[in-house]
Amino acid sequence: MNRILLIIAVVVLYFLHQDFWFWRTARPLIFGFIPIGLFYQGVYSIAAALLMWLLVKYAWPAHLEQEVEQSHAREDNNT
Amino acid sequence: MIPAIVVFLYLATVLYIGIFAFRKATEKAEDYFLASRSLGPFVFLFSLFGTNMTAFAILGSSGHAFQNGIVTYGLMASSSGLVIPLTIFFIGTRVWALGKKFGFMTPVQMFRDRWECGHIGTVIFVIQAVLLVPYIIIGIMGGGTTLYTISGGLVPYWFGGAIVALVVMGYVFFGGMRGTAWVNTFQTTLFLLFGAIAIIVIGAGMGGFRSATQSMLTSPLAPLLTRERISPLYFFSYTFIPLSAIAFPHILIFCLTAEKMNHFKKTVIFYPLCILAIWLPCVFLGVMANRVTDVPQIRAKQEARRVLATQGKNMTPEARDDLREQSSGDDVIMLLLQRYAPLWLAGLLGAGIMAAVMASDSQILALSTMFTEDVFAHYGGKRRFGEAVQVHTGRLFVVILTILAYAVALRAPETIFELAIQYAFSGYAALSPLLIAALFWKGSTKWGALAVTLWTAFAVVAVAVYQHAVPAPAPGPPIVSWSVGGVDVLTRTPGGTAVFGFMPVVPMVIISVLLMLVVSAITAKPNRAIIQKYFPSEPLAKAEVVSAKS
Repeated sequence: MNRILLIIAVVVLYFLHQDFWFWRTARPLIFGFIPIGLFYQGVYSIAAALLMWLLVKYAWPAHLEQEVEQSHAREDNNT
Repeated sequence: MIPAIVVFLYLATVLYIGIFAFRKATEKAEDYFLASRSLGPFVFLFSLFGTNMTAFAILGSSGHAFQNGIVTYGLMASSSGLVIPLTIFFIGTRVWALGKKFGFMTPVQMFRDRWECGHIGTVIFVIQAVLLVPYIIIGIMGGGTTLYTISGGLVPYWFGGAIVALVVMGYVFFGGMRGTAWVNTFQTTLFLLFGAIAIIVIGAGMGGFRSATQSMLTSPLAPLLTRERISPLYFFSYTFIPLSAIAFPHILIFCLTAEKMNHFKKTVIFYPLCILAIWLPCVFLGVMANRVTDVPQIRAKQEARRVLATQGKNMTPEARDDLREQSSGDDVIMLLLQRYAPLWLAGLLGAGIMAAVMASDSQILALSTMFTEDVFAHYGGKRRFGEAVQVHTGRLFVVILTILAYAVALRAPETIFELAIQYAFSGYAALSPLLIAALFWKGSTKWGALAVTLWTAFAVVAVAVYQHAVPAPAPGPPIVSWSVGGVDVLTRTPGGTAVFGFMPVVPMVIISVLLMLVVSAITAKPNRAIIQKYFPSEPLAKAEVVSAKS
């Protein structure tokens, strides 16, 4: 996946945290008892987990682990 | 008394886990302080998360929600659920890789090597240590208070604090990082399991959440179900606070313990879900506690809050502080458990709360690691006395630190350290540019790092002095201390301080970033061989290759 899209997704999710549209209202009550503002922020946490999954799947810095392995291999060769 | 017995059994279990971890230990410093960098994915996730779930997170979240409503989740939890895993993804993985490659055990070791500095590293160590100590003290205080409450006053505060201090000291002393990680994993599992049961039992006891919420909507408490009492700028400011997590030494040191980098994957993905699972029930129960009318302690808190709101303006600052203390909701979860849960469940949940209270274990271990690596080893102790003595020094440090923290916890008022923790969050957030600059910016210099560190120390002290000099006003309009052209620059609010309407953490982080950029731009850059070491894609001149190899 295009990394620019992932960066945009991170920035958009960061600003979606500021949900001023539910600022002054408790209704609707989700499941009859959860105020909409709290429900939104709960769903936001799930969206954050989904975004993390996308980052792990498409932008994982695998080169760091390779560098560690190469560095250890060089040390083994030197000894 | 049954809940107290269950809690004591729990304490015995965690002590046993620490001693069991000791049986796997070697006399190597890397084994004691980092569990030989061998933690598996499950233990890594749960122990890292458990390390971050302090008493402040569990008891403080429900207490804050009791007073301020549902806004607590958005302020403290959902922003953390985005920012903390992002920092673990971008910073934690890189620090892990550098630790594996170059053997670092503390952040200061990395800073010293990255910026070729010795004493500046010591300055960073001192600031980090000073900001971490209040957590250890408040953990012991929380232990004493929790045991006192759970036992119905049978276990006095001093004795409860002593027991918690001894147990934490015991398993950190024996088990080191391995023991601490296993205990944290056990604690997080316990809390996740019994937190769900708690919300069901308390909800049933209250006659269902639907009726409680509906009746709140038609009462003067209705604003607690919205965010109308919190300004959007204040809400936005809170997204800067989770930057502190990765800058905390105990979190960064935990990042060095994973066996493989792949173990970070589950941590990054599940971190927001763990936050959801623990914080949402705590916040919701804290709000719903306002509907409980048959618990005298809760009614007394509400009365104190009402008096503060209606008569606070005509009171002395000390009287207002007393009322704030009386209206504090940090024990509402325990009061709800005592009221609605059967004794055995109240005991298990009390143990879960103890688990959160005892999160000071990793902070004690982190300070011990930092002292032995950044001071003892750096100034020649390891070379002169050997690695075994270094580990013994670390263990001795754990004992001395715990005894000192206990002594302070017995004498000092808790509110002082609660305030100190508030400053510490902002302070660590302001230190986070150090990590970002070290890992991502070739042009950063040790002088930039020093400027950020000194600025952080100055800003934390300045906010503390200001809040001491200008007492918090009663609920309502803030005290404007400085305004320019009709714009309020510095104001004292009932909950703290505001700069241009933002919490101090926002200007603190922004100025830290600017200082790092400006001071690094005008000072000498590190050796290119060092740059190449940290940024392998950076080409080296031939002479520098020879120099780096030698």
